[in-house]
Amino acid sequence: MLTVAGLGRDELVARLRGPGLRLRTGPFVTCVKSPLALLAETLGTMYADYPVLGEGGLADFHVALSGSRGLRRLLRPQVHFHYDGMAPFQPLPLDQTFPMFEWAMNWCVSSQAHSWLVIHAAVIEKGGVAAILPAPPGSGKSTLCAALVNRGWRLLSDELTLVRLDDGNIDPLPRPVSLKNASIGILREYAPQAIFTRPVADTVKGTVAHMRASSDSVARAGDAASPAWIVFPQWRAGALAELTPVAPARAHMRLAGNAFNYSLLGAAGFEAVARLVGAVRTYDFCYGVLDDAVAVFERLLLERA
Amino acid sequence: MKEMPLLLRALRAPACMARLSEDEWDLLLRQALASNLAATLGLLAEEAGISAALPARVRRRLAWSRTVWERHLRAVAFELRQIQKALRDTGLPLILLKGAAYTAAGLPAGGGRLFSDVDILVPKERLADVESVLMLHGWAGSHHDEYDQRYYREWMHELPPMQHVRRASVIDVHHAILPETAAVRPDPARLRAGARAIPGRDGYYTLAPCDMVLHSAVHLFSEGEYHHGLRDLFDLHRLLCHFGADPGFWAALPARARELELARPLCYALRYCTRLLGTPVPAGVLDAARAGAPNPALLALMDALFLRALQPPHPSCADAFGAAARAALYIRGNWLRMPPLMLSRHLFHKAFLSPKAEPAQ
Repeated sequence: MLTVAGLGRDELVARLRGPGLRLRTGPFVTCVKSPLALLAETLGTMYADYPVLGEGGLADFHVALSGSRGLRRLLRPQVHFHYDGMAPFQPLPLDQTFPMFEWAMNWCVSSQAHSWLVIHAAVIEKGGVAAILPAPPGSGKSTLCAALVNRGWRLLSDELTLVRLDDGNIDPLPRPVSLKNASIGILREYAPQAIFTRPVADTVKGTVAHMRASSDSVARAGDAASPAWIVFPQWRAGALAELTPVAPARAHMRLAGNAFNYSLLGAAGFEAVARLVGAVRTYDFCYGVLDDAVAVFERLLLERA
Repeated sequence: MKEMPLLLRALRAPACMARLSEDEWDLLLRQALASNLAATLGLLAEEAGISAALPARVRRRLAWSRTVWERHLRAVAFELRQIQKALRDTGLPLILLKGAAYTAAGLPAGGGRLFSDVDILVPKERLADVESVLMLHGWAGSHHDEYDQRYYREWMHELPPMQHVRRASVIDVHHAILPETAAVRPDPARLRAGARAIPGRDGYYTLAPCDMVLHSAVHLFSEGEYHHGLRDLFDLHRLLCHFGADPGFWAALPARARELELARPLCYALRYCTRLLGTPVPAGVLDAARAGAPNPALLALMDALFLRALQPPHPSCADAFGAAARAALYIRGNWLRMPPLMLSRHLFHKAFLSPKAEPAQ
């Protein structure tokens, strides 16, 4: 199967500039067009293992990232995102090209892929069972997820948990893990072998860097997992790692609040959340040190077995 | 002009979708999404009995759009009940226009159709009552600028859009179907008198079939914005196909257009529906409607503009003159709204005096 790395740099650039790169991520094919060297370079590294389709065929999403024209190109150049000719977002400074690409890819899925309940949550798997980590920004969700996938868990997704509406299983959508501010340095130290993008300062989320998804998680993007736990993480300096059970009704409402399309799906959304909450154990999880947190997840796995 | 866009081919003859390649589907879905017709396309495939034969990825993409439409149906049903509750004290019937009417009446034109506002028609002398009961039920007026208030209240055929403070749903309260300042003003009392109760939907009304078609036509062909041009033309196509099954409808349509001074928009509606969508209109009706046509030179110009502006608003359907056609129609739309001197004053005010809208985030 052809991958981004297999294309080679020149062909990657040619496809991005020409007919579009048809990139497969999890269950989706996205046609990406861009003349920006910065995107080609970062995409070539961060998506090296991802499958690429031929030039034709059906793409689920059509995205384009382009630079500024005219004087803007010289003075504070920007990156513009277009979804098949429409511009749903304001442009960003040019050095935020890759973060914008990642956010745009998330937006494509969260706003359209309604054959899943799409939860704003990280999700990881080990031994066939998955832990869902829903959380508001700043709770340390991505940091915890990045730590776990560097200690033997498989990355299903850092941002978008795709819960199937028919059987409640989770379809993987492994893509780079987004890290912010202090987390970037912490993870570099915690996982020196992992590959990171250059940090980009002054985004709406502060300084942002992305960590590459492991080759194994990308290769196994077709292997669904069944959910076993929902864990709402909350990092607090100096806190002991501690799980507190959450009552099912409360878990349902909190999960619904974290889902992009809960109300859009109507009764199907309610049933998907109810089934999920019924099938898993739900906890609030407070932690202060990553290694302690990883140990707690290992214990969860052992208790289940 | 280039060969006919895939989306037009699919709308004309939905069964042809069964023979499309994946490459063609890629383009068709993009044209349909840009035209806000993706959910409609899925329903057409179902009606044609070819859904099951489509590639799985296509079915999945169509299902996404269908889910959005089904959610829209639930939301509209809820909003209509709330509006009806609010209007109860006024004793007025709830006369629905355009998208809300097609949807509530279960007409084929409502199939897959998304819209952002509910349009209702009330007598001009009751506007104040309607506005105050809607405010009591949570809909607040918009456009608080003094100039905009005057623009709507003195010149337009509707109140400034009213938005619900919690649900953000929007109602356009109309008292007529064209602005007070337009050259032609169809008598709204006649439209209200002809309104029909929707069977099984207690207290909901639509305009009579001919009037529904004429309103749709006057709206489309006096507009300045054509982003939904094809979607609105397809409304007309669906209305004509549906009501056209009743022979009395075709006999009445040209006469009713003359009565309401809407012969011109009817002529355009039938002309572009038949040309672009292949709508089956009886020859006699086409002849009768031709009485509303402008002089041949103007008609040739209108053809050049409308045949471009009514294409799918997707890069694959644009030709070198598309942008110019849309710009010309934008000017025309404003021109038809008010006399030239008034228009020039209005545009001057909008350009230089009105406070600028806050830029979106």
